[in-house]
Amino acid sequence: MAFFEKLKAGLAKTKQLLQTDIRDLLKAGEILDEPKLTEFEKRLLRTDMGVAAADAIMDELRAKHLGRTVVLDDIWQTVKDKLKSLLRGDGNSNWDSENPLSPLKLSSTKPSVILVAGVNGAGKTTSIAKLAKLLISTGNSVVLAAGDTFRAAAVEQLTLWSQRLGCDIVTKPSGTDPASVAFVGCEQALSTGKDVVIVDTAGRLQTSQNLMQELTKIHRVIGKKIPGAPHESLLVLDATTGQNGLSQARNFSDATQCTGLILAKLDGTAKGGVAVAIRQQMGIPVKYVGVGEGIDDLQVFSPDNFVDALFA
Amino acid sequence: MFESISNRLRGAFSFLGGKLTEANIRDGMQQVRKALLEADVNYEVVNSFVTTVTEQAVGEAVLKSVRPSEQIIGIVNDELINLMGPVDHSFHFQKDGLTILMMCGLQGSGKTTTCGKLARMLKDQGKKPMLVAADLQRPAAVDQLKVIGDQISVPVHAEEPGKSTPLAVCQNGIKEAKRRGDINVIILDTAGRLHVDDELMQELEQIDNKCQPHQVYLVCDAMTGQDAVNSAKAFNDAMELDGVILTKLDGDTRGGAALSVKYVTGVPIKFIGMGEQLDKLEPFHPDRMAGRILGMGDIVSLVEKAQMHLDEKEMADAQAKMAAGKFTLKDFQKSMKQIRKLGPMGEVMKMIPGMGGMVDAMQGFGDPDKDMSHIDGIINSMTPWERDHPDKIDRSRRNRIARGSGSAPNEITNLLKQFEAMSGMMAKMSNMGFLERMRAVQEISKGGMAIPGLDTPTQKMRSARGPADPIAAREALKKKRKAERDNKKKNRRR
Ligand SMILES: Nc1nc2c(ncn2[C@@H]2O[C@H](COP(=O)(O)OP(=O)(O)OP(=O)(O)O)[C@@H](O)[C@H]2O)c(=O)[nH]1
Ligand SMILES: Nc1nc2c(ncn2[C@@H]2O[C@H](COP(=O)(O)OP(=O)(O)OP(=O)(O)O)[C@@H](O)[C@H]2O)c(=O)[nH]1
Ligand SMILES: [Mg+2]
Ligand SMILES: [Mg+2]
Repeated sequence: MAFFEKLKAGLAKTKQLLQTDIRDLLKAGEILDEPKLTEFEKRLLRTDMGVAAADAIMDELRAKHLGRTVVLDDIWQTVKDKLKSLLRGDGNSNWDSENPLSPLKLSSTKPSVILVAGVNGAGKTTSIAKLAKLLISTGNSVVLAAGDTFRAAAVEQLTLWSQRLGCDIVTKPSGTDPASVAFVGCEQALSTGKDVVIVDTAGRLQTSQNLMQELTKIHRVIGKKIPGAPHESLLVLDATTGQNGLSQARNFSDATQCTGLILAKLDGTAKGGVAVAIRQQMGIPVKYVGVGEGIDDLQVFSPDNFVDALFA
Repeated sequence: MFESISNRLRGAFSFLGGKLTEANIRDGMQQVRKALLEADVNYEVVNSFVTTVTEQAVGEAVLKSVRPSEQIIGIVNDELINLMGPVDHSFHFQKDGLTILMMCGLQGSGKTTTCGKLARMLKDQGKKPMLVAADLQRPAAVDQLKVIGDQISVPVHAEEPGKSTPLAVCQNGIKEAKRRGDINVIILDTAGRLHVDDELMQELEQIDNKCQPHQVYLVCDAMTGQDAVNSAKAFNDAMELDGVILTKLDGDTRGGAALSVKYVTGVPIKFIGMGEQLDKLEPFHPDRMAGRILGMGDIVSLVEKAQMHLDEKEMADAQAKMAAGKFTLKDFQKSMKQIRKLGPMGEVMKMIPGMGGMVDAMQGFGDPDKDMSHIDGIINSMTPWERDHPDKIDRSRRNRIARGSGSAPNEITNLLKQFEAMSGMMAKMSNMGFLERMRAVQEISKGGMAIPGLDTPTQKMRSARGPADPIAAREALKKKRKAERDNKKKNRRR
């Protein structure tokens, strides 16, 4: 290398070095004051994580950094890392995105049963269709049980999906006891040797005691027919939901011992931050996210992607 | 759980002994802010609300008032009502010819169901409605509207999803209604869509332009959180909304979205959905909604509910007996049955101002409804004579009743003791009017329920499990917390 070129390269390095140094210096020059904290609070609360969760983070920031020089990006990183580790649990809910079935605890003996519940219009039926698609495309045979015998054309809705999927479906006339639909679904899977039964249920608000008892009954009846079932009891939560999500998780979990959440409608502008509060307070992990109305719009939940999107 | 705003403020001001400074008002306002955020009111909306109200409060005579926290709540409440009003429940019908209503909103918010509810309401008002199934997207959406139309005997215009477009369906529907001549209101049910889906938003604008609906309503889920402002704003920008319908308010959501949506769109909230059934549509009332958002209960709804469900004669009988001191366990059982008609105890209590906090405080005591069933069981195990003469129940009777109802003997003793104390209280209260009585109950709950012989009935009910002494209460709470912790651990391991 010619001398001049060497010199140029050397200078470039120094210049680079200088630049980064200056950038770091600038960054480090910021003092964390109340207006900056307010900006933090705003971004935290906008995710729907709730006042309690946001306050806890804010308190820590105040105690550790208020009035000091900080690198704001680093603080954000710390906050994000904390939330990620919270959502991951002990590393057990860091599902393998390559294996779409990794969040599910399926039974070694056929069939596995997945019970799906949630409030009205959350996205249960659509999520079931998407989940069935995942199962089928990984070589499992599926029976759907149309347990929403209440809402107008709910059975027709699930039937259309089953036709598109080419899978079995068990239906009964409108008004039938949903537990009996679930029961027959299990029975049919047993007799035809299917791998997985997915039970749809009617939407219900968690404050309706009768309907929550109905759900408990469905859960019980499934367990009677197939010991150990349902192997998964999934709560579908609409990502636009605010703090009411906590009450939903609490009551549905009481009624059906939820094993996980499906966070539907995450393709909008809502962040679904209440799932953080649910994880924190009740320990229920998110297993899948819904990102559209199509059959392929279901993704394995990734704490990292989710948290990055929270503050995007 | 949420802490009601009244409790928060009372807490914030209690140490001040009623004296307030401007700085203290600002502190109090922080509590208001928190409560609104917890109720899912949008962050920006909360901030601007708090600023306005603080100025107002500082300017007013709050400083001199006797009960500053009450006065601040008053100002907050008034401003909420002010912002969520004025009400306009009118459909603004065309003088002659066809009135066209159109629904829009996010997926699953309740559009199709609300179409049915509106049609039913209009039919009751003597209108001749027709429904149009313009959701060709969601599987079986057309069937859903057809079933709903059948249920309320309202005609539905529908086309085969694969062979038409939403715009064509709407246009054909309107033509059909005009051709028939016996229809004067038509309601367009559109597919759910995201406000960021440009293509589908354009589709909506196109229907709006070509069909010129007279009223366009946004159907919004009352459980929505911070995002409510984004979607409402986008729909309003695209469509120029004429009103909002808030659904799923039959649950326990605080419904802060009501304020957010009104704030960003400026259009009136017209109706609220109070259940899945097609008769569960009610006019929107800002005052009730304000109380709900603030966690102050909804006394008006409770009174209305009571009037609807309680057997007046039976209640009057009970009251007369109470006044005369002749209230027996049998009467008690009857009254309990009546109260249970109003809904789950927790819900009923939340409607009483000031009692909301008690519902939370009772979390550790188990389920008041189960307790009521249990008391019911105990009374059922008594002979009619015993029900009329609770004071004559001796040890052997007590043991028999316990066996019969699957309870411990001391539970029977407790029930009897409490019944005696309660009868005393009821005799006193029976001379008051309904609202006065409510107020008395409220005062009791404020005073920490420490007035001997004047305990609230609810406290009695839960103590069927044992005496409601503080130690037992704390133990119960501890146990519940532990169970929750264990459950949490269990979940983590998954
Ligand atoms: N954008 C978007 N829409 C979704 C998603 N999941 C479901 N939906 C839509 O949300 C609406 C309600 O979905 P359903 O699956 O019928 O909801 P549900 O919980 O079964 O409703 P009910 O049975 O009536 O309580 C439909 O229009 C779906 O297409 C999602 O992940 N993203
Ligand atoms: N509890 C309760 N449920 C409601 C209310 N309004 C609607 N629902 C339920 O919410 C769910 C969704 O209602 P739909 O009318 O299908 O909603 P939609 O907006 O038409 O849904 P898409 O067409 O899929 O976007 C159904 O289960 C309804 O029964 C209400 O006021 N209270
Ligand atoms: Mg469904
Ligand atoms: Mg619809």
